Amino acid sequence: MDTMIPVDRGGPAQPLLLATGLRKHFPVGGGILGRGRKVVRAVDDLTLSVAKGETLGVVGESGCGKSTVARLLIRLIKPDRGTMVLDGDPVDEPHGITVNELRRQVQMVFQDSYASLNPRLTIGETLAFAPKAHGLPAAEARERVRDLLSKVGLDPNNYAERYPHELSGGQRQRVNIARALALRPRLVILDEAVSALDKSVEAQVLNMLVDLKSELGLTYVFISHDLNVVQYLSDRVLVMYLGKIVELGPVEAIYGNPQHPYTRALLSARPSMDPRKRTKEAPIQGDPPNPIDPPSGCRFRTRCPFAEDVCARAEPALSDTGHQSVACHMSIAGSGHSKAVRGGAAAA
Amino acid sequence: MSDLLQVRDLHVTFKTPDRTVHAVNGVSFELKRGETLGILGESGSGKSVTLRSILRLHPEHRTRWSGSIRMEGDEVLEMGSRALADLRGRRVAMIFQEPATAFDPVFTVGQQIAETIRRHTGKSETDAFKRAKELLELVRIPSPAQRLKAYPHEMSGGMRQRAMIALALSCNPSLLLADEPTTALDATVQIQVLLLIRELQREFDLGVIFVTHDIGVAVEVSDRIGVMYAGKIVELAGVEQMVDAPQHPYSRGLLASTVHDGMRGQRLEAIPGAPPDLAEVPTGCSFAPRCKFVRPDCTTAPPSLRATGDTHLVRCVLAA
Ligand SMILES: Nc1ncnc2c1ncn2[C@@H]1O[C@H](COP(=O)(O)OP(=O)(O)OP(=O)(O)O)[C@@H](O)[C@H]1O
Ligand SMILES: Nc1ncnc2c1ncn2[C@@H]1O[C@H](COP(=O)(O)OP(=O)(O)OP(=O)(O)O)[C@@H](O)[C@H]1O
Ligand SMILES: [Mg+2]
Ligand SMILES: [Mg+2]
Repeated sequence: MDTMIPVDRGGPAQPLLLATGLRKHFPVGGGILGRGRKVVRAVDDLTLSVAKGETLGVVGESGCGKSTVARLLIRLIKPDRGTMVLDGDPVDEPHGITVNELRRQVQMVFQDSYASLNPRLTIGETLAFAPKAHGLPAAEARERVRDLLSKVGLDPNNYAERYPHELSGGQRQRVNIARALALRPRLVILDEAVSALDKSVEAQVLNMLVDLKSELGLTYVFISHDLNVVQYLSDRVLVMYLGKIVELGPVEAIYGNPQHPYTRALLSARPSMDPRKRTKEAPIQGDPPNPIDPPSGCRFRTRCPFAEDVCARAEPALSDTGHQSVACHMSIAGSGHSKAVRGGAAAA
Repeated sequence: MSDLLQVRDLHVTFKTPDRTVHAVNGVSFELKRGETLGILGESGSGKSVTLRSILRLHPEHRTRWSGSIRMEGDEVLEMGSRALADLRGRRVAMIFQEPATAFDPVFTVGQQIAETIRRHTGKSETDAFKRAKELLELVRIPSPAQRLKAYPHEMSGGMRQRAMIALALSCNPSLLLADEPTTALDATVQIQVLLLIRELQREFDLGVIFVTHDIGVAVEVSDRIGVMYAGKIVELAGVEQMVDAPQHPYSRGLLASTVHDGMRGQRLEAIPGAPPDLAEVPTGCSFAPRCKFVRPDCTTAPPSLRATGDTHLVRCVLAA
């Protein structure tokens, strides 16, 4: 039996991580003493849960708040408001678990494989660092390092003594993944973890992530701007636009039957892989607006071909349509949008 | 019909204090007017060096090169400084990933485009500004008259990229070199810029060389695709041939390992290992150490580019 599989506590039905009403606004520029101060609404009242054993994909364009969500989930930054519960235990609250304990169970892998490794430490030293800091005796830490390196497909005899600059980008990213696994976490957040890799190497790392997940019973939050890779890996997908969730659901529903006009545009903006079916027309025009002063109501309305008055007036709530959740007035019965589903509740 | 551009057996080597980099090792291709050649390859394969060679943009004292680059018949590698200035300023334009480097931050976008037009056409300032406005319209920048007065940092990424394209077209070039111009853009903006480049290419009958590491992007814009590996074009074919029936084991591996629709649940066919160090010129095929079809003769001599069809070239001993 593999000793690296963590113990489940609250049972399979209890979410591994539940975040409610997370908000993070960053102050930018603006006047002195806070007067006329502007804020970037990086993440705005976002609620999500991560089920045990799933891969939750997070997509959206640059600046929509994906990395901010990731950093909030491991508490690298403190939310302005909102709560988090890890397998039944509230985080950073009197009767719950500490932020340190959260950071042991939830680990993160970043995009930049070079910047996140200390150039003066060997790979072995880097990997042994956290386990030793958590009190693992030196001999056991060495054993853990060998185990971790073999798990990510690097021969311990060959790589433990090397320095980061002696590795290729793909090898360095394997080391980063190994480091994230060093404390036997339950949840790993991968923020653009394969985005800097060449395609031929990306495939190696994706295969490895799939293997590690089943071998170690891991749960992933996989953040990427690459819609194809997210589709490949994820069980559920969360689509963000300007700090908000616009759509959330099973991967088949999001890719097979996207409901939100932004999700549809994003998916059909993917370049075609078939020269006989090249893209004829861009699905939407213009650039994403500035997150400092997002549009009122629905934040997508300024680029949405279906926008009506109600879209500027009221913010659409994330509503269940039966297959997925969508934040669009067209999916909310009685919203006042002319294309809204009619009748009582949205088709349930 | 004669070629717009002819590159023959191009080699480019950089000498740095501690090492020599063999960045381009025998690249040959030609390009016709109105044709788009996509150059596809992974990081460090020599795409940008090949492209910059056409404008001779390398540090002269550290760069060794050989071969031939003929632009409309004129040998670029032998041009004097005047001919070179004309080549860079008028005949060939270049756009790249980071538009910020194309613009001077202290002048407005309008001033910079108008100045380029004046330098190359001798137009009056008023006429140059009028033309600059037309160009912004052409690249679909909304309210162009107003945008002429904007500084580069006041534009969004996608708008700056369009403005750079306008700047590039301002001198009526016959060849456009594009080095990953959409890589930093958001998906919904990238497709707009790709379609714009495609459209302008047709309208102006431009020759375009479009460098990218993204197969989908190459498929959207190219008539032909050249796949680069370790400083060589290992396969060159029409876009349909390349996508339907790639011949070189590296191109095949690259296509197979690129995740796309409908691959969920399948194991990806990854190419093992990593690209070679460019400090040495290999005696055989550079891809041999990663190739699952490797044979003894792959490592004895570099394979030559063989024709497997009318317009399909493959650098592999296995190619029939
Ligand atoms: N420390 C900070 N101070 C001020 N603004 C910030 C800070 N961190 C992030 N932001 C802003 O918050 C918004 C969301 O940023 P975030 O990095 O989460 O986006 P992202 O979706 O990860 O984008 P990308 O795809 O480019 O990585 C952006 O507008 C960003 O500029
Ligand atoms: N001026 C230079 N001096 C020394 N080496 C250089 C120089 N320019 C490029 N190189 C090297 O030449 C090789 C090819 O580089 P090139 O920029 O053409 O790669 P590329 O295919 O464009 O990659 P990318 O996709 O990362 O842009 C690399 O090893 C690079 O480090
Ligand atoms: Mg990010
Ligand atoms: Mg390059």
